[in-house]
Amino acid sequence: MDLKTALTPVLSANWDEKDSFTIEGYKRNGGYKAVAKALAMAPDEVIQMIKDSGLRGRGGAGFPTGSKWGFIPQGDNKEHYLVVNADESEPGTCKDTPLLLANPHVLIEGIIIGSYAIRANHAFIYLRGEIVHVYRRVQQAIEDAYKEGLLGKNIGGKGFDLELTLHAGAGAYICGEETALLDSLEGFRGQPRLRPPFPAIAGLYAKPTVVNNVESIASVPAIINNGVEWFQAMGTEKSKGFTLYSLSGHVNNPGQFEAPLGITLRELLELAGGVRTGHKLKFWTPGGSSTPMFTDEHLDIPLDYEGVSAACSMLGTKALQIFDETTCVVRAALRWSEFYKHESCGKCTPCREGTWWLVQMLRDLEDGKGTEADLTKLLDLCDNIAGRSFCALADGAVAPIMSSLKYFRDEYLAHQRNGGCPFDPIASTIFKTVGA
Amino acid sequence: MTPEQALLETEAPVEMITVVIDGFEVTVPKGTLVIRAAEKLGIQIPRFCDHPLLEPVGACRQCLVDIEINGRAFPKPQASCTIPVENNMIVKTQLTSPVAEKAQAGIMEFLLINHPLDCPVCDKGGECPLQNQAMSTGRPESRYEGVKRTFEKPIAISSQVLLDRERCVLCARCTRFSEQIAGDPFITLNDRGALQQVGIYENDPFESYYSGNTVQICPVGALTGTSYRFRARPFDLVSIDSACEHCASGCAMRTDIRRGKTLRRLAGDDSSVNEEWNCDKGRWAFKYLTSRERVTTPMIRGADGELHEASWPEAIAFAAVGLKGKRAGVLVGGRATVEDAYGYSKFARVALGTNDIDFRARPHSDEETSFLSGIALGLTTSYKDIDKADQVVLLGFEPEEESPIVFLRIYKQVRKRALAVLSDAPFASRGSVKLSAKLVTEISEISGLTSKSVILVGERLSEKTGALSSAVALAEKSGAKLAWIPRRAGERGAIASGAISTLLPGGRPVSDASARVDVAAAWSVDSLPSNPGRTTSEILLALSVKNLDAVVIGGVDPLDISNSALSQLLNSFVLSLEITHSAITAVADVVLPVAAVVEKSGSFQDWQGSSRVFEKAIADSLSRSDVRILSMLADEMGTPINLPTVAATAREISALGKWDGSAVKFESARSVKDLATGDKLNLTSWRLLLDLGTLQDGEANLAGTARTASAHISNSRAEKLGVKAGELISISTDFGSLELPVEISEMSDNEIWVPRNSIGSQVIAHLGFVSGQVSVAKA
Repeated sequence: MDLKTALTPVLSANWDEKDSFTIEGYKRNGGYKAVAKALAMAPDEVIQMIKDSGLRGRGGAGFPTGSKWGFIPQGDNKEHYLVVNADESEPGTCKDTPLLLANPHVLIEGIIIGSYAIRANHAFIYLRGEIVHVYRRVQQAIEDAYKEGLLGKNIGGKGFDLELTLHAGAGAYICGEETALLDSLEGFRGQPRLRPPFPAIAGLYAKPTVVNNVESIASVPAIINNGVEWFQAMGTEKSKGFTLYSLSGHVNNPGQFEAPLGITLRELLELAGGVRTGHKLKFWTPGGSSTPMFTDEHLDIPLDYEGVSAACSMLGTKALQIFDETTCVVRAALRWSEFYKHESCGKCTPCREGTWWLVQMLRDLEDGKGTEADLTKLLDLCDNIAGRSFCALADGAVAPIMSSLKYFRDEYLAHQRNGGCPFDPIASTIFKTVGA
Repeated sequence: MTPEQALLETEAPVEMITVVIDGFEVTVPKGTLVIRAAEKLGIQIPRFCDHPLLEPVGACRQCLVDIEINGRAFPKPQASCTIPVENNMIVKTQLTSPVAEKAQAGIMEFLLINHPLDCPVCDKGGECPLQNQAMSTGRPESRYEGVKRTFEKPIAISSQVLLDRERCVLCARCTRFSEQIAGDPFITLNDRGALQQVGIYENDPFESYYSGNTVQICPVGALTGTSYRFRARPFDLVSIDSACEHCASGCAMRTDIRRGKTLRRLAGDDSSVNEEWNCDKGRWAFKYLTSRERVTTPMIRGADGELHEASWPEAIAFAAVGLKGKRAGVLVGGRATVEDAYGYSKFARVALGTNDIDFRARPHSDEETSFLSGIALGLTTSYKDIDKADQVVLLGFEPEEESPIVFLRIYKQVRKRALAVLSDAPFASRGSVKLSAKLVTEISEISGLTSKSVILVGERLSEKTGALSSAVALAEKSGAKLAWIPRRAGERGAIASGAISTLLPGGRPVSDASARVDVAAAWSVDSLPSNPGRTTSEILLALSVKNLDAVVIGGVDPLDISNSALSQLLNSFVLSLEITHSAITAVADVVLPVAAVVEKSGSFQDWQGSSRVFEKAIADSLSRSDVRILSMLADEMGTPINLPTVAATAREISALGKWDGSAVKFESARSVKDLATGDKLNLTSWRLLLDLGTLQDGEANLAGTARTASAHISNSRAEKLGVKAGELISISTDFGSLELPVEISEMSDNEIWVPRNSIGSQVIAHLGFVSGQVSVAKA
């Protein structure tokens, strides 16, 4: 196999070791060395190093992590907080969960360094509540880190104090939105806050707060250990470094593939053993269900922030859901819409009412009811939702509908001609069936 | 110094910003929201969640507009209710931007898909922002063919507020009001998505004194008042600006009338007083005027001892005979308007030739008389001073219970800038808790006041000898602003009108010969009585020992004064001017029906001394104002007071003007420390906002949200008595006793507090006083 881009396992380097999640296993592979190195630096030097590295947020938006840290006003005599967003709930997205399960200490190490840099003495991990096994594992890792003096008072004898609190969410997708997360963490209903003020000025408990994705923070120790040049050697011009690509769906070897930013789906599919044998790629999401879908035309798009943007989608969480030709795109769009309707927080009108309406329209379309005019109406509704809502949830909700209509309009019409869905839903399941 | 304090120190010039909206320039203060700047140009951007007195939320998205700053356009339309203006900002609303127009139409369409469109049976129909804006911004035909969300309807979130959830557009105005303005976050949004809904806590109904405001600001028909539901259509109502008769806060009101009947009352707009709010008592307590007990015709007590209906000439003649040439006094309650109080004042001096007049239908003292005569009218403290205060001191005053809009004003500053509040209450009431008030036991403990501090003194402070004097001394020493806040609407106006023994109208001291000459000349009489007059309790005593023969009483409940007040009247000639039958009309010789506030014109002076003039709301009411009746009576007695109408009275008051001579000197009193002795406890009390007050008669839905009476004692006292919270104790004096459930509060072991006039706790009737020593035992 001749790949242009090779895998670069950093976060996932030791996942195959049976004790990779323990503090011993982590330390054996060089863990917690970055803490000592970072604590020997001035906090501003740490921020500068992360800025220089070009690390961008891995939660979807791709905002430069170092800049975010730099926004925290220093010398303001206020508490600062670092909050790690581990509320991974997007359909298709499955990178933080395995990372935390296999290597929780890399996150803790990143938290220590990040907190030190922004002068926070209390950090929080907001973890998706449903993944109890991960909760237990992270909780154990935190306890172990406390025991080793890596958390608590006077860390490493350098006079730096840090408390780390693990908080389990109650199962709302909206709490992955950073301000809703902060509300939820404060004990309120999770609904997005009006900005400004931004979290960097008034975040958790109205104090300057950095909210970072798990993978962003977990990438910090490697940068501290190996340096800016090492990190910059990976990736593309504006999207530096390594990241986790999560392949799922109709692919022979689904899973996490840690590679430099800019790898293509064609390369990743080769690494993952190709699309389900005997089938061909129909459509895929570059970064979870809220990123507009791609088709087999897009196999060679570099999967970095700019490359995906240029093709009118978003890199998102690099959750590559692969769908082969057995999949009904209308059905897929309906299932995603049902998710967004269920998860809409209800705060703003277009998201609350729009998703309610979209689901009913898509159900009718799947049942073969309606006319071509309904597709125009559907697109018009999407246009009235996208960019009109309070937060980005509704933009995500219409992305699969608009993009599927763009590439598969005729399939929608086929439902109407056929008086129902022309696909065999069983054929698209990944289990061996008669139709598969 | 915090920025807020700095702002208080100097009235910094406000930076002005010029923006272009739909091609028109407008200059507004920095911080103004785009939606508000557009209003200044007369450009109405549709909106639901936006409310100028609530913090922006940006939830409904109805007000989307296109915005460009320094040539850079926002990629998406922005909610104009959340974005402050900036220099070089160009705004395009629905009038000039097709994108904004489509965005707004899209939102309106979404809002209507789950709305029942039941306007023909909805109370809001005809005055509904959703209905109106659906007309301006919505589609003529719906494109929605799906299933609408439905809910069980309506649910009572309190006895007076009903919620129809399927009509709700989830703008969060009600929940934000409750949290931000009233400090009563008893309603919240629950659930999520399209099933999000307003809800209450499982076991706690929406018992806020301000809940009616949520009905008023609901932009759809989701919240309705139980008493008004299905009663009227807005287009059948005639709305009249009016004033509230329930307390001295001074709210602007709107009274809605249909065919001579008051259907509802709403908070009026007055940014310097009540902003846009009022309390539930002001909003809903108006049924007394249609109560069965209403006095509808003049009545004369016959030889059979019963009251009989009489004609006006007959009754006036009978009353004139009873009063003419007799030694008579005048008691006028706190409900009187300025003009009515002036009528009583002039009637006493001219027709009865006496200074025996008092407006205080409540416990009072000589110290208070001196304070009211010498100091009260000169006080100029206002709501504005509360806005700018560095500290607020509450003495004998529970703002949430006794002057609810004063409470809202203080709470606003507490929420905004953690304004420090001190209170001399024996325990932290719910209002005090909301204000984070620090409790002090003695006025002498208070220090650190400045000229920016405000001391708010309630009428109850007079019940503690020397306390008013201490408050005056505290204000003098510190330079703090002093205010006297009576509970009833008419009290400050009554002092100004001379409905008190020591003062003639305009604050002219009776004791000052030139003041008497002044008034006598204006009234075209030879002279005015100069001998010192009696106070309420002295008048009652004089009646009982036959030093007085007759009394004119307007709007007084004897049980507000003392337990013996009624019996002291029994052997005298009593003329009662009353709205509804009462304990007084039951013993009166003549009863003359008078107009309630909505049936007459007049004015009230609020605690600041500001006047609120109001017109007759029920235009064709035949009820007469007190002053008109007194004028008829004075004519009949041959000693005319020449006040044939309210308007004539107002003109005379204005012509007479205020006294510019020296005021009566305040005689301070030494404070007396009454410590509980032995096993006795010191009982204190005040009235709750919603209680057995007669002006709340006939409104069961309002009464349903009154707080239940309980006795507050300390934890260790409860342990000594062997009672737990919720268990009954009996409180007794030589006069009588009452039983109440216990509520444990942080307070002195020697103190006990009970409500003054609530169900099961009427202290004057049950214990014989409003404060003093009581025995307490487990019941």
